[in-house]
Amino acid sequence: MEAPNATGSIVKAFDKLGRAVVSLVEEMGHGGILLWQCLYWFFAGPRLGQPVRLRLIMSQMMEIGVSALPIVIIMAATIGVMQAIQGIYALGLFGAESRVGIGIDLATVREFGPLITAILVAGRSGSALAARIGTMTINQEIDALNVMGINPVRYLVAPALLAMLIMVPALSLLSMYVGLLSAGLYVQADLGISLAAYTKEAMDILSVDDLMHGLSKSVIFAVLIALIGVINGASVTGGAEGVGRVTTRSVVQSISAIVFTDMVFAFIVTRI
Amino acid sequence: MIELSSDIEQPVIEVDDLVMYYGNRKILNDVSMQVRNGEIMVIMGGSGSGKSTLLRQLMVLERPHAGTVKILDRDVGRMSPQELYDLRKRLGVAFQGGALFSSMSVGENIMLPLQEHTQLDPATMQIMTRLKLELVNLAGFEHLMPSELSGGMIKRAAVARAIIMDPKILYMDEPSAGLDPVVSSSLDELILRLRDAMGMTIVVVTHELESTFKIADRVTVLDKGEILFIGTVEELRNHSNERIQNLLHRRSDDEMHDPDAYLKRLTGMEINGDATL
Repeated sequence: MEAPNATGSIVKAFDKLGRAVVSLVEEMGHGGILLWQCLYWFFAGPRLGQPVRLRLIMSQMMEIGVSALPIVIIMAATIGVMQAIQGIYALGLFGAESRVGIGIDLATVREFGPLITAILVAGRSGSALAARIGTMTINQEIDALNVMGINPVRYLVAPALLAMLIMVPALSLLSMYVGLLSAGLYVQADLGISLAAYTKEAMDILSVDDLMHGLSKSVIFAVLIALIGVINGASVTGGAEGVGRVTTRSVVQSISAIVFTDMVFAFIVTRI
Repeated sequence: MIELSSDIEQPVIEVDDLVMYYGNRKILNDVSMQVRNGEIMVIMGGSGSGKSTLLRQLMVLERPHAGTVKILDRDVGRMSPQELYDLRKRLGVAFQGGALFSSMSVGENIMLPLQEHTQLDPATMQIMTRLKLELVNLAGFEHLMPSELSGGMIKRAAVARAIIMDPKILYMDEPSAGLDPVVSSSLDELILRLRDAMGMTIVVVTHELESTFKIADRVTVLDKGEILFIGTVEELRNHSNERIQNLLHRRSDDEMHDPDAYLKRLTGMEINGDATL
């Protein structure tokens, strides 16, 4: 009696796994098509008399970048201080706390600056994008755009993607600066190392490669946040409850994709 | 005069043997119809009859699985993206819920097609927007957000947006749904005015009989994905087909064929032949 149940459960589990894999591949394919369509509208739009509108890009940049400044500054400062506290504690175990700057500088520029910024943008703007597209889909606003001859990818997705591509690296850069500054201030207060000395050490340690490492990642994160938000928003079903569901899903998927991509990127760049 | 007459008879929409599936379910089965230039064609039918699917085909939001849909003499199934783009500028759609963009004011909503498809200067666009708002009796409301409008005002604003490019064909999905009789009647008047003043061909999907009798030049009745009737309002009223009479008198087929079964389904109780309501 147990054997058929066990077999049935295994079949069900494989069935579920198979469907999840197919769905993942389908969404990745959808993401690739969306990216291609955005590129098409960026370059071919002006020639066809249907450009990606600057005012829409600016509006998205305000929403994604400028409105996020306070939270990015606060989080970057907090994480900078946290790194200084932990670094001084860890290095103090073998009397090397004066070298804490090395770890903070590299970790902030290569890792924490872009990562924290991307997670914040995914939580704020990626979810907002999913909710916006989802609500518009349910209210037939996407259909309305289509019947008016306004391509929704050109009008909604391409401006958001371009704004992400500009603002996520810009916010990451700000986050790096604020993180390093707050850590420097803490180190000055705790260890008595002057901010000038801390800054000089940072300038000696950090290279353009480190900065490019962080910024390159932030560009990839920007693409992931925009596409995951749009794909989830466009797949909405079931009214307001559905919008809530795709919004949550978008945040979870974006953060997972960011962290996973970060790991793969770090491995490829440092080991291969 | 002769030219005008032939122009009026000229079909602007031609649907031939249209078939549509959702999954394995056949929604439209060999539907054929024509809409003539300058007429108001009302598409009627019960829930699930396929009228919304037919409308999506006419709006070119979906492509046929079989058969052809020709709009303004062009087969939509064979159109290039650029041709489709050009065609869409000549179509206007007022959706059931309005589908106004909630992040834009009423004026911005109406102006959007002009901003996207023309090179007009902003002052001219604003004048055109005000003219259309006046036409739908919403003058002075351009600064309000859609959330600040009543149901009837949203529908009228949606009509203003749909006609801002002076389309050749206007589609309206359930324009009277959810409105009180007075507002509904004013929308009917607006539809008639649009046809008479602007010479538009108007396709209205509705299940409101009163509205249909008031505005329709011709009526298409859909039932279970098939055309049941095409003709004038008078022909519809006098038609002997049982299903059409059921539709006109708001009776279900069950009610006609087996009253006991119908009552049982409604009440969940066994009703014997002597029972009275």
